[in-house]
Parts: sequence; structure tokens; C-alpha cells
Amino acid sequence: MKAFRYHRPADVADAVAVLAAEPQAAYLGGGTNLVDLMKLGVQRPDVLVDVTRLPLDTVEGLPDGGLRIGATVRNSDLAAHPVVRRDYPVLARALLAAASGQLRNMATTGGNLLQRTRCVYFQDTGKACNKREPGSGCAALHGQNRDLAVLDWSEQCVATHPSDLAVALAALDTVVEVHEADGPRDVPIADFYRSPGTQPERETTVTRGALITAVRLPPLPAARRSTYLKVRDRASFAFAVGSVAAVLDLDGDVVRDVRLAYGAVAHRPWRAYRAEQELRGRQFSPELAARAADAELAEARPLRHNGFKLPLTRAITVRALSELASS
Amino acid sequence: MSTGAVGRAYPRLEGPAKVTGTARYAVEYPVDGVTYGWAVPSAVVRGRITRIDMTEALASPGVLAVVHHGNAPRMAPGPQPELRLLQEPTVHYRGQYVAVVVATSLEAAREGARLVRIDYDTGPHSTVLTDDHPGLYKPDQVNPSYPTDTAEGDFDAGYAAAPVRVDATYRTPAYHNNPMEPHATTAQWHDGRLLVHDSNQGASSVRATLAELFEVSPESVRVVTEHVGGGFGSKGYAKAAVVLTALAARHVDRPVKLALTRQQLFGPVGYRTPTIQRVRLAADTDGRLTAICHDAISQTSTIREFAEQTAVYTRSMYAAPHRRTTHRLVRLDVPTPFWMRAPGECPGAYALESAVDELAIAVGMDPVELRIRNDTAVDPDQGRPFTSRNLVACLREGAQRFGWADRDPTPRARRDGRWLVGTGVAGSSYPARARPSSARATARPDGSFLVQINATDIGTGARTAIWQVAADALGVPPELVEIHIGDTILPTAPVAGGSMGTASWSWAVIRAAQALREKLRDGGPPTGEVTAEADTTEEVGGQPALPRYAYGAHFVEVRVDADTGEVRLNRMLGVFAAGRVVNPTTARSQLIGGMTMGLSMALHEEGVLDERYGDWVNHDLATYHITGCADVESIEAYWLDERDDELNPAGVKGLGEIGIVGAAAAVANAVHHATGVRIRELPIRLDKLIGVSDLP
Repeated sequence: MKAFRYHRPADVADAVAVLAAEPQAAYLGGGTNLVDLMKLGVQRPDVLVDVTRLPLDTVEGLPDGGLRIGATVRNSDLAAHPVVRRDYPVLARALLAAASGQLRNMATTGGNLLQRTRCVYFQDTGKACNKREPGSGCAALHGQNRDLAVLDWSEQCVATHPSDLAVALAALDTVVEVHEADGPRDVPIADFYRSPGTQPERETTVTRGALITAVRLPPLPAARRSTYLKVRDRASFAFAVGSVAAVLDLDGDVVRDVRLAYGAVAHRPWRAYRAEQELRGRQFSPELAARAADAELAEARPLRHNGFKLPLTRAITVRALSELASS
Repeated sequence: MSTGAVGRAYPRLEGPAKVTGTARYAVEYPVDGVTYGWAVPSAVVRGRITRIDMTEALASPGVLAVVHHGNAPRMAPGPQPELRLLQEPTVHYRGQYVAVVVATSLEAAREGARLVRIDYDTGPHSTVLTDDHPGLYKPDQVNPSYPTDTAEGDFDAGYAAAPVRVDATYRTPAYHNNPMEPHATTAQWHDGRLLVHDSNQGASSVRATLAELFEVSPESVRVVTEHVGGGFGSKGYAKAAVVLTALAARHVDRPVKLALTRQQLFGPVGYRTPTIQRVRLAADTDGRLTAICHDAISQTSTIREFAEQTAVYTRSMYAAPHRRTTHRLVRLDVPTPFWMRAPGECPGAYALESAVDELAIAVGMDPVELRIRNDTAVDPDQGRPFTSRNLVACLREGAQRFGWADRDPTPRARRDGRWLVGTGVAGSSYPARARPSSARATARPDGSFLVQINATDIGTGARTAIWQVAADALGVPPELVEIHIGDTILPTAPVAGGSMGTASWSWAVIRAAQALREKLRDGGPPTGEVTAEADTTEEVGGQPALPRYAYGAHFVEVRVDADTGEVRLNRMLGVFAAGRVVNPTTARSQLIGGMTMGLSMALHEEGVLDERYGDWVNHDLATYHITGCADVESIEAYWLDERDDELNPAGVKGLGEIGIVGAAAAVANAVHHATGVRIRELPIRLDKLIGVSDLP
């Protein structure tokens, strides 16, 4: 392993300053992904800036009825938070569907959002990957790609974003609070992640060295009726092969509002705006939900081994919305 | 006189040491001046190293040496060419160890390994097993020494004439042994003598191999294997880690510790070969088998032949007048496959027990009853009566415990909300063998006893089982017996493998105990130590060649999500007849462990190969899934009281492997019953079952 220095910053400004000064610095949250990648030689930071002691570990209600979640709040604490459980069950369920109890005890909110793809080619320095080594090629495109993207991929990268939490946050129109070298900034989650395009090594729109300090959930009373469904190859401790975060607000049986986001289909958590548009204002039925999913997936381009993700995503869309409609 | 220690549920003797962290594993022994080795795998599949640039690596802080074919100590040619590591520039498969970096810390060694620059000349490679591969050939024998093909009667004619036939091809992928403790070694050379602490399944055989490779006498090699964190066959003989470590230690003239990474366990330590198996069964309309044919294809490497005995299970399991089995092999540019829990029987039973299920459906007969109808008291292969065969009793007892009687055989007939529910059954058998062993028993003046044998406890509870056997054989309470295992300074003993460890070791221990009691018979308590030794070579070798087998029956209830195709197990229940059970606690663990591994094979495990790289792309436990607790709600293992006097003095058949054999077939058969879909290519994952509710 490459030798590295360890820095415990005094405050957020100090942390961001170190990242600005050191081209090979990285923030250390729970370390549940970064440390693995360091051992594998996939990431090779010179200095780790441990942000877990910064005062970013609280969950607080906001005057507008929303919720502000500090970046270092651990996944298990967030999942157990009474307000999250009551007002945003989709978030609690997404968290609890992820990883294992031990990992959730370590993983942080900010780190979860910035975890790297689990594409097997990305994680193996012996194989080509543009995300890991720009210009080296994408071995996954014509390789073993069962777990990879069906939407919005590029010739340069077919990776998927692995986070469950991020899918729920995408459905909730979360705002990501970041601190960049020139100060704090709010970024709507819809604008936070990038498509792979020709630069898959860039995964977010914020500047290098930006520190996530919190995520802010807007008030969304409808989210009390929300859920997260995750399908995986074994019952626990596995990344999604398909997932859906759903919020459904019915007026009688007419869809007044709906929020849908998909996991495991694209380079970023996939907010299903088209499906929402199909659903809004219409009388809810499982058939409508299926049509909405089909509308969202109309432009999907499955790879050689992952065509099953289309019927899978359709099936879990129907199930999630039907369960919410009858709850 | 028996004190009755055998048959009692003693906790593992080393349990407290293990759970408090004081039990030492191979690289946990403190050693003065120790250094750390890191294995460097080849980045190409097939080729030749043209240049090794060590400049950067040697300049890296803490790095002491880069050991490679150009500077490594020479080793003697041996029977296992794959162990002659770092002796020549040729690369036979991707991941072959081509260098070891030695440094003053583990991290420095790892970084040094990254900095070794190796250039290769490469050639084309072939790494994918197909049933029409031009390299298919017939090996001279299959593991360990079975005939390659067998035939009796006239299969073709018998098959053609039968009113009911099944012809199906089953495929299994590569499976990777992943013991919790990786292959790991601490090696020290002192004055031409080699001391290794090593994680293996048989220190005696590792010592012999090391002595041969390093051209020293066996007496100058000591292998200590006190605790082992699992092996599943992959540590069945000396492997790369121990050879590399000893080689590196000799090169740097300092003690070296080396442990493989999880990633490095995928391939180079051995794995279960992929298989392609065609099974043809014919029966009369009453379900009596008339013809059985099992044609198995598997792979080996270009450097050593390992021929999985996939179809051997079929030779003795069910009777029919017309029978044929064949094995064909392809040499691919891959690491050599090797033993993995029930090599041969495990993949073979998946195919045969699936085909029997298909036959039961074709005949219109209950699959339990069809198996019972085709039971045989005489081994169809050897033509001699089985010493004991309780397959039928296992099936009956299992059916009763499981609640099989009211089963509606119609596929896709049971539904529980969104779940399709089905049940399946499969038979199981595994040979009951023993190997020669030696052991020593000592009576001490204080009334206690010491039993010494170089057996290996790979986590099975073997130490405790031998201790119980020893106490009964000595006729004393077990509290008076101390047992030492896992060290080549102790009497030589065979490997923990082939489900024959307890049979072999207890045989020698019983004989040593008997000899000691004979010595003590006439006197009172000894004034000094009195010792007796036994070696069972003659006795075991003189045992008549009879068909000795353990049997079992698996019952499984699955549920399959009608929309997503997700498969979960409600219940898994096994009943086994495996001779005498020495320790119910550890026996149950062995059986449940085997069943779980079979479930894992059925639903989860798959080495996914990328032919372009000649490499498995999923080489960690995040991407190579093994079953977790949440995948199955209940696993139960039971056994029958079985006495068989033709086995060995302890009357045991072995429990390490019988639990996995047939388990995957029971799951696959249950999935078919639930869904109407027959998956003949493992694993049974949701992408193969998605939308099953929309099927006609």
C-alpha cells in the first residue's frame, strides 16, 4: 500500500483547504469503500483528511418542516432516527436495505453519496477502466456487464452508482450542501451527479475537494407514504440489481403527486421524471404503473447481459406503487 | 470399558482460545526479525517473462528483495509442477505467482509488489470450457484413481428400447474455495532446517512436499498447523503460499510471513472445475431404471492434470442393467482446478439427482418413491453388497419429518401471496474411506494420558472428536486425556479430507490406546511415563475392498417471487446415515455447513470468467456471492443410528462432505416444482426466472 499521511482537520474550512492544497488528498468518512480501494491500489491518496470528528453529526428539523442531516451521521443512526422513520420511510428503508449492520455503523451520509461504482473492472487495476484510468478503455462495455447500466451509459463507461441512500434522496428532491474552496453552496441532488459521457472519472458536478457538509430534505408530507424496494442476488448484504424509491400521494384513486427514482440502472441515481409524468393526474392502477415504467425505460439500451433489468425495474415499479396505493 | 465420551456433545476443546483470540493461526506467531512477503501474480494468461525491472520496487522504503525466476533458490523437480514456482519465466495462467516481494512491513511489501515492472511475450489463450472444445481428451483416470469410463450392459440399446426417457444437460460454473483464513505461512530457516507455521489440511504431506522441493530430509522440516481457519479441500496439500514463503525466507535468510489476499484465492489455490454434464435416464413405466448414462466434461490446466470424478457418483447410486459413465477433459490456460468439498460427487449429484427428478415427472411418480424403487443392496459398480446402505431410511425419515406426504406434484400449484412455493428432494451419498495413520498414547504417573497424532483440525472439531475416541479407547474420563495434533513432530497422519480424517485418525488412536492398555495391564499406576505407538498401514491396507458409503436425503422448500424471480428458501432439511456420530454438536455443524454450501452453489456462487483477460472478474466476496443467513429460514440436519462393523474401529463414515452432495439438486428440483421452470445451468438466479408468472 502507498504510504499516506493522516490529517484531522480543526474545522470544515481546514478540511477543504487541505484538499485544495493537496492534489492527492481524500476525505475519510467511514472508510468502508475508500480503504478497500486503497488496498486494491484503485485509489492512492497521499493524505487522508478524517472528517468524522467534525461537528457534522446531527439531524435537525428545519423551520420549513424539512430535515437537515449532517454529513457524518452514520447510516445506522439515520435509519433509526424517529423523524426519518415517520416522515421519510423511504429513506430509512433504503438505508436498512444497504450493506450490513457493521458497515452501516461505520458508513456516513456524505461518504455514502460519494462511494464508487462496484463495477468489477473498476475495482481491478489489471483491467481497463476509463473511470479509474482515463483513456484506458471500458472493459465492461463488451465484457461481463450483468450488473451494469441500461440507461444513459456511454461508450466510455457503463458503470452504475451503487448507493441505495442516494436513490431515496433523489426521489425526495434533496439538496446537497457542499463546502468548496470558495465557500458553501447548495446543489440540488438532480444536479449533483453526472452522466458518464466522455469523462466517467468525474462523478459529480462539484469541484474537486468539495466537502459534503449536509443533505437537506425538503418538507414532503406525501413522503409519509413512501417505500424503497430493492432486489438483489441474495437476501442481504448485496448491492441492488434493481431498486426503486417511491413516494405516492393519491387523491381518492387519482395520483396527485408521485416521486420515483431507480437504482442500479445508470451512472447516477435515476430520477424517473417521465414515469412520474405518466402517473400524475391519472387514476392509479398497476397497469398505469407498468406503462409509466415502460415510458421511463423507453430509451434504455441494455447491454449483453443485463436486459433482465428492464422487466425487473418495471416489476418493482408496479409493486412499490401498488403497495403504496393500497396502504 | 467405555466411559461413553463418544456420542456426547462436547464443545470444541479449542473453543475458548478461538473466541478469545488466543488461538494462533499460521501468520500470528510472533517471530523475531520477521519480514513480510507479498505474492506478485502474472498479469497475462500465457506467455513468457522477458524482463523484470525491480528498480522502483527495491527503492521503495522497507523493501528487502524481489524474488523471481532469475534469482530464486532452485527447487527440485517434483510430482506437482505447479509448485515449482519462480523457477522459470513461463506463465501458464493468469494469476500465476511470478515474484515475491519481501519487505519489513506488510504494507511495504504490498507497495513493492505494485512497483515490480514485468514485461511479457504473450501468446493466444483458451480459458473457456465448451462441450465442443477441440482439446477434449480422455484422461487415463479420474481423481483420485477411478477408471475414466465404465460400461455395463448395452446403454444405447437399453435407452432406445425404454418407454420413458430423460436426456438433459446440466452446467455448473467454476466455484472458488474461500476459507475464512487464506492460505498463509510463516517460514524460518535455521542451519538448513526449515520451520513453517502453515495453514493446511495435512501437515505430514506438506512436510514431505517441502522436503522434496527443497532437497532436504523430511526430518529437517517441521510443519506446525495448530489451528486452521477452513480449507474445503483447497489446502489439501502443499500450495503456492507455503512454497513461496519458504523460498523467499531462504532467499532473504530471514523469517518471512506471507498470507494470500482474498482476491488471490480465486484461482491459484485450486477451485472446482466448471462442468458440462449430459445425463440420460431410461425407465419402464413403473419407474424402474433400465439405462443410465452420465457423460461429464471438465477442465484442467496445461501444467497438471486434475480430472474431477464427476460421473463417479452415478456408478453406485442407483441400479440399472445398462449403464455407462464417461469423463472428458480439456487442458485450458487456467489455474489447475482441485479439490473442493466433495469433488466429483458434488457436481455429479447435482446432475444425476436433477435428472432423476425429471424422470419422476416423466414417469408420473413421486420422486421419493422413484428413488426408493431404484434402491439396490448391491453396488452396481463393484457388484458386491454395500456394507450398509440406508438411503431409503433417510428418504423415509426425511419425508416424514419434512411433511412430504401430501405434496401435490403439479408444478406452480402453490402460491403464498407473491411467492410461488415448491418442494424438492434429492439423494446423497459419499464414500466412507480410511487411510493409514500412526498415533502415540502415553500414560503419565499422575494418572493422566497424552495422545499425540499429526491430525489437522480445519475447524471441523476433529481435535475434540479424536479426544473423545481416545478417552473411550483408554477407558478413562476425557478430562484425563490431553491431545496434541497439528505438528509434524507428532506421529504421521493423513490429510483432513475426503471425509476420512476421523475414520483414519481414530483408527490409529484406538490401536495406540489398546497397545498402551496392554502394556499397563499387569502393573499398577506407572512410576514413569509409559508410551505405546500404533501404525495402521498394514491393517488399513489389508481391509477388504467393499463398497462403503454414507447416504443422505435432502428436502427443500423454496419460494420464488412471481414477478422478480428472487429465490429464497423456507426450509432445508437433511437426514443422513453416516455410521457412528462421535460428537453431535460438531457433526451437526458439518452437515449444516455442507448443506449451506450446496444451497450457495444452487443459488449464488459463480466464478464469472472474462475470456479476453482469461480471468475471473468477480474475485472478492462482495461480487462472488455466498449464501447468507437471510437466504434460508430454517436448516435442520438429522442422522440415523447406524452401525456398520465393516468400516473402522470407531465405526464412523465421515461427515465433511455428505451434506453438500445432492443439496443443489434438491433446491433446483424445488424451484422447478414452484415455477415449472427447469434451470439446468447453475446458479439459479433471478434473471433466469424473472417474469415466471407470465409463463403459459
